[in-house]
Amino acid sequence: MLDQVKTVTDAKKRYSAGVMKYAQMGYWEPDYTPKDTDVIALFRITPQDGVDEVEAAAAVAGESSTATWTVVWTDRLTACEKYRAKAYRVDPVPNSPGEFFAYIAYDLDLFEPGSIANLTASIIGNVFGFKPLKALRLEDMRLPTAYVKTFQGPATGIVVERERLNCYGRPLLGATVKPKLGLSARNYGRVVYEALKGGLDFTKDDENINSQPFMHWRDRFLYCMEAVTRASAATGEVKGTYLNITAGTMEEMYARAEFAKSLGSVIVMIDLVIGYTAIQSMAKWARDNDMILHLHRAGHSTYTRQRSHGVSFRVIAKWMRLAGVDHLHAGTVVGKLEGDPATTKGYYDIFREEYNPMALENGIFFDQDWASLNKMMPVASGGIHAGQMHQLLTYLGEDVVLQFGGGTIGHPHGIEAGATANRVALEAMVYARNAGRDIWNEGPDILRDAAETCTPLKQALEIWKDVTFDYTSTDAPDFAPTPEVSF
Amino acid sequence: MRLRQGQFSFLPDLTDAQIHDQAQYAIDNGWAVSVEYTDDPHPRNTYWEMWGHPMFDNPDAAAVVFEINECRKEHGGKYIRVIAFDSSAGWESIRMSFIVNRPKDEPGFRVVRQEGEGRIIRYTVESYAVREPEGRRYA
Repeated sequence: MLDQVKTVTDAKKRYSAGVMKYAQMGYWEPDYTPKDTDVIALFRITPQDGVDEVEAAAAVAGESSTATWTVVWTDRLTACEKYRAKAYRVDPVPNSPGEFFAYIAYDLDLFEPGSIANLTASIIGNVFGFKPLKALRLEDMRLPTAYVKTFQGPATGIVVERERLNCYGRPLLGATVKPKLGLSARNYGRVVYEALKGGLDFTKDDENINSQPFMHWRDRFLYCMEAVTRASAATGEVKGTYLNITAGTMEEMYARAEFAKSLGSVIVMIDLVIGYTAIQSMAKWARDNDMILHLHRAGHSTYTRQRSHGVSFRVIAKWMRLAGVDHLHAGTVVGKLEGDPATTKGYYDIFREEYNPMALENGIFFDQDWASLNKMMPVASGGIHAGQMHQLLTYLGEDVVLQFGGGTIGHPHGIEAGATANRVALEAMVYARNAGRDIWNEGPDILRDAAETCTPLKQALEIWKDVTFDYTSTDAPDFAPTPEVSF
Repeated sequence: MRLRQGQFSFLPDLTDAQIHDQAQYAIDNGWAVSVEYTDDPHPRNTYWEMWGHPMFDNPDAAAVVFEINECRKEHGGKYIRVIAFDSSAGWESIRMSFIVNRPKDEPGFRVVRQEGEGRIIRYTVESYAVREPEGRRYA
């Protein structure tokens, strides 16, 4: 153990040429109390065999801030103690031998204001390939108010989105157009029209719908907006379709965004793979142009899913709230994609709350004040259907977009019927909850009663009654709500 | 056509007892309930006419149902909705909105298209009812 390792304070020894342990260079400060203005990162570290966990934590602090592999005299030209990140706490991960939680504090002056790119270049930069570690995962971050206030935050936010859509008191409903690739623009718009007329608020391009030979983007936008407007007239509601403006260059994305705006769209969409700077640019454009900005988290599972290595989705969620998107996919709990209830609750709280108190059982390691940044609307998508409405409302609450792609378009009596089934199920469940019913237990009865006056819902409940996705999650919290006694 | 605005427009029309339950839910959450009516149901018509002020400090949904019925006496041929307003910091907006009265006939909306260059179309959605002046619609 290096518990006794101390920073070498004698300047002559500290700065004599050669190699020195990171923990002795000033990157391990067990007595350090983080300042209110420090950025704090929590890493899960898995040191190589024989590497001490304190030295590993100090190395992470060093490699994600000022250090290089050897002593450099040029440190002495700076206020280097200030700029060194400081590992100040290392805890073993419960029930995971060989893994440790390392708390590292960074002075605010290490980061450029308002730049996710700059933040991430340090925090998840070179350090993730550092050889003395088998694996490294960024689990959570505490972002100080002084730093949060340098970001725009969500362009629109939940409250104003609802005001613009004239839609209150219930989850929003959406569907991704399927098949996701191959439809011509004219046929694609048909799906949009039927789904919106049937009762959905939104339809959505999928992440890989951009501008392909079978459907170029202008065609898609034109037919989709015809469908949106027709559906709005048919129902008297504001409708939208997430027009995906993801493209190869920023210039092209701006051109597509402007075209969507000129046609009267209320919302545009981007993919996470365009990168943090592009996301921040589009968030600024969205704020300047009264546009809701939907972000599809395409690609995130390459680094969020495994517990030992990568970046937790809760950190991505925090970065995206800073970056300024309005919608972001956050899991369904009950659907086909990864997510256990406790971890997913942590994500939803990061999206929607003014203040997140530490909640280890939900994977939230720090108190986080959002300093009045707008709230992000979580999107629940992937393998959900009307028969799960009571579970969805219980788990996910009211401020969420429930997206039933297959659960709308796959309805045996057509897309409009599928949409109506979902909308009726939703309204019946919200009504029952408000009227004091125990929807968790009485949900199936509530749905059955609602289906008495809605044939499409009856058909939906029948066809999907046995569909569940009950697999063990790969990314669950490390802490149980009530700690179990271990011997 | 059936106007689909509000939380419960895909369900059968609410009875007064059901309206009471929903209004009580709002009150129990600390939200101020108000009654509004209009004869211009365009989806972007934000400002329906207020039937009095929001009922701040009212503990009993029976008072809401009473006001709805008073409103119906005068505006029974129009749309009437119930709104619940949440004044808490960070929200300060509407939490609930549902229709409690409709005209007998709902003619709906038409789409007006203005064709522009490059296949661009400028769309307008217009309620058939607003072709008549205010007060003479849905009569």
